[in-house]
Amino acid sequence: MLVPLSPALSVTGLAKAVPGGRLLFQGLDLAVAPGEIIAIMGESGIGKSTLLNLIAGLDRPDAGTIAIAGDALAGLDDDAATRLRRDRLGFVFQAFHILPHLTLAQNIALPLVLAHKPAGDALTAAEAVLAKVGLPGRGGDYPAQVSGGELQRIAIARALVHRPALILADEPTGNLDPDTADRILALLLAEARASGAAAVIVTHSDRAAAIADRVLVLTAAGLVPRTA
Amino acid sequence: MTAGVPVTAARWMLFGEWRAHPARVVTAALAIAIGVALGFAVHLVNASALASFDRALSSVNGAADLQVRAATPTGFAERLYPRIARVPGVAGISPVVELPARAAHIAPDATGPGRGRVTLIGLDPLRAAAVTPSLIGPPGGEDSVLLSRAALAALGRRPRQSVTLVAAGRSHAFTIAGVLSGAGDDQAIAVIDIAAAQWRFGQLGRLQRLDIRLGAGADPAAVRRAITAALPADAILTTPDADAQRTDSLSRAYRVNLEMLAMVALLTGGFLVYSAQSLSVARRGPQFALLRVLGLPRRALLVQILVEGAALGLVGSLLGIALGQALADLAVTRLGGDLGGGYFGAATPQLAFAPGPAAVFAGIGIIVAMVSSLVPARAAAAAAPAVALKTSGDLGDPRRAARLWPGLALLSTGGLAALAPPIAGLPLLGYAAMALLLAGGVAIMPALVRLLLGPLHRLPGLPPAIDLALKRLWGAPQQAAVALCGIVASTSLMVAMAVMVASFRGSVDDWLVAILPSDIYLHLEGAEGGGLDPAAQARLAATPGIASIAFVRQVPLRLSADRPAVQLTAQPIDPAAPGRRLLLVGPSVPVPAGATAVWVSEAMVWLYDARPGTRLVLPIGGRAQPVFVAGVWRDYARQFGAIAIADSDYVRLTGDAGKSEAAIDARPGIGADRLIPALRRALPPGLAGQALFGQPRQLRTMALSIFDRSFAITYALEAIAIIIGLVGVAATFSAQTLARTREFGMLRHIGVRRRQIGAMLAAEGALLGLVGGVAGLALGVVMSQVLIHVVNPQSFHWTMDTRLPWGLFAALLTALVAAAAGTALLAGRRALSGDAVRAVREDW
Repeated sequence: MLVPLSPALSVTGLAKAVPGGRLLFQGLDLAVAPGEIIAIMGESGIGKSTLLNLIAGLDRPDAGTIAIAGDALAGLDDDAATRLRRDRLGFVFQAFHILPHLTLAQNIALPLVLAHKPAGDALTAAEAVLAKVGLPGRGGDYPAQVSGGELQRIAIARALVHRPALILADEPTGNLDPDTADRILALLLAEARASGAAAVIVTHSDRAAAIADRVLVLTAAGLVPRTA
Repeated sequence: MTAGVPVTAARWMLFGEWRAHPARVVTAALAIAIGVALGFAVHLVNASALASFDRALSSVNGAADLQVRAATPTGFAERLYPRIARVPGVAGISPVVELPARAAHIAPDATGPGRGRVTLIGLDPLRAAAVTPSLIGPPGGEDSVLLSRAALAALGRRPRQSVTLVAAGRSHAFTIAGVLSGAGDDQAIAVIDIAAAQWRFGQLGRLQRLDIRLGAGADPAAVRRAITAALPADAILTTPDADAQRTDSLSRAYRVNLEMLAMVALLTGGFLVYSAQSLSVARRGPQFALLRVLGLPRRALLVQILVEGAALGLVGSLLGIALGQALADLAVTRLGGDLGGGYFGAATPQLAFAPGPAAVFAGIGIIVAMVSSLVPARAAAAAAPAVALKTSGDLGDPRRAARLWPGLALLSTGGLAALAPPIAGLPLLGYAAMALLLAGGVAIMPALVRLLLGPLHRLPGLPPAIDLALKRLWGAPQQAAVALCGIVASTSLMVAMAVMVASFRGSVDDWLVAILPSDIYLHLEGAEGGGLDPAAQARLAATPGIASIAFVRQVPLRLSADRPAVQLTAQPIDPAAPGRRLLLVGPSVPVPAGATAVWVSEAMVWLYDARPGTRLVLPIGGRAQPVFVAGVWRDYARQFGAIAIADSDYVRLTGDAGKSEAAIDARPGIGADRLIPALRRALPPGLAGQALFGQPRQLRTMALSIFDRSFAITYALEAIAIIIGLVGVAATFSAQTLARTREFGMLRHIGVRRRQIGAMLAAEGALLGLVGGVAGLALGVVMSQVLIHVVNPQSFHWTMDTRLPWGLFAALLTALVAAAAGTALLAGRRALSGDAVRAVREDW
């Protein structure tokens, strides 16, 4: 008998208000299948990043439930949410967030060593992913030695190295020129698909949205499909 | 690793940070190293000096199981000897005459190792062989003496030469029969036959001690009880333990104070680590947030930062231990075993590496570094990762009020701790009070910055540079406080010490003026057991040119087996007006009819609870004499207590009319230079060689130079603490300025000139220096009151009046403002000199 796969992400009835009391959204539902790429768009300040924070367990919703690959976030304490983030999620940020004093390989290997994997194994895995993102043999370099586009490749490699169920990307091309952005998006998509990871990409970019399987727009009423 | 910290990630983060900012690591580790080095060095010197002093004591005592010692230098009647010999359990007993002696051929005021002073011990060789064999040497005749190697050096003689020894006001020539090989190398001992000692030095029928060996199987406690029951009032039973305790108590407070000062340097180093770690954590806020997002638990991040602090502490401590050993060697060579304190004489201790204390001090260094990292570590762990990831850690809300209560709580607890009594005779809670006040003072800095700069930052019409500087400090008081903590810590500690030393020196000077009203002072060296008899006193009083002469008898009294002797001073005191001769502290109480009045020094109140209105029992005149404490006087000369008694009362109670000192007033027109030779001629020939004459000005100068010498090491430790603090200030400014490169870049873009940014930084530095200096001065004055009213009375049992060195305060404040402004400006020049990319990667 076949066991149906859990969705990579399942969000039901989510509501969140900002500290001042303004409601960002309520009744928000979202299901992302394994390997599916979702782009979320919307006006500035509408709550896109907040939604990602909620999905990552970095913030708590006022109502609703979130499950990552079948594991509900509700009721998890900070440590448990941290473990879930470490094992199931990968992150790509607009500002790259590459640690300047670690080598490229060490930066990529961070999710593995944080999960107590042996350093040698982690670095080997990092070198392998580094080759996949087009920077073979550069593991010993420091971030100061590479360009902005290459830094985002490192960030994508770091998001993939531990084979997460879901990648959360917050404006991953916001700091890049259009050509580099296209190449980075293509890479992110290809590598996510190759590893079987789903991805939720928050973006303002139509080019970024164009590569997604689905494009949703965040409004006060929740997520709605973008009309052409 | 514990607490779920991934070892590899922790190692990468630690070494990555160190590789990226080596200067910061070196500065913070050096701050810890210097503190640990000072602590370890002071401890090493103290411990070695104490061990050397103990060895010397063992040499003189000859390792007896028990000793009966005379309460005064005049000794006890020798009939006690057979009574103690009959006590069950006593297997061997050796009667001893023990006198301080000097060589006749060396001037009495000579100083240094060859100053001619020895401890003269008279023994019965047959009895001593069974009890204290180390004091026995080759047999000699009645006029022969055995000298230890140190005694040969002190007297400048070799075996078979002759030497004339002076003791108890008499002198006699001896032939040096040989070397006392059993004595320690650093103890000057001369051993002669007991009969010769009693006969030649006027001690017939008197003994200073009985050395006792217990029989196998004897119950020491029972023997001690039986001996104590048989003792007269002028003898006291001591044990090796009590001797050791007495030796320890002699310099304990001084040693503990030095160690505490060294700890102050370490504490200041701790603030530097705190400052470095705070800045580092603030700068790395987004990095830590990333780790949290990627899966590092909150607690593991806390541990990670604490481990970074511990690693800094470990590096600093290892360096500090090596530095401390070298420093101790240097200090012993330059300052002697007591570091200038005057407690251990001229003995130079042997230094050896001490692994146990080294481990303890290294541990203290690591703990200080970890505790200093705790606040920034907690802040980093508590930060919300999603927020911290998007900020540079510098988004404080200027409207948010700084928290005042933690600082006030620390200050209040410090105030309460200052009221607590000593623990084991040491002001441990006084030191805790100082630390709490310091921590409280630093903790209220953010609120204080707001308070002090509040009126200024709203002033209209200020130049843009000043206005920006004020708004920045007022708006980010936490960051200002990080820079300020080094200034406040070092300034307050320096001010506290400076106020205490100025108060102490001023009070000592006043006291010297009060106790030295006469024109000339005569002191007879080694006259504890005798001195000027009534005939000699009459001859001196009849010297032409004398207006008046007051004789004084000084007698060391042993009131307790485990405490150093107190000084009984018999002088012409008018019971109706004791304040004419004594610097009284507080009121005198009326003396009940028939009671004998005494006035005690402040130390007697602390050590023997001899408050006015209570009674004391003095072992004088061969009896236990009850006396009434009529008042308390200030005495800075004898830390372990002094008792003043009217001359007539002393003679009545003891029958001892001998005197050891005199205060002489000359007739108008008669100078001291004419009178002193006349007085010397009037002295009996046997005493003329022992006489030391002094004039108030010389004595005062000498006393104050001794004071300054004993505080020399204090000044040095204090200066080091200040240097560490200033290095911290410089490091903090540099780090903060470089962290603000983007802010400067933005200001440059909107039209602020480079010079204006420099002026802004200088203004920020000057304002910080001013606020830190004012806060440090205020806190320092408060802490000085703990030193003056708690630490000093509890350590040394004397009080003093507060004096504020205003000149020093003004100089300190000016130097601080100038140094802070200069440092900020220099750091700013570096930050503004390169392009933005280079500047953000630059290390200072």
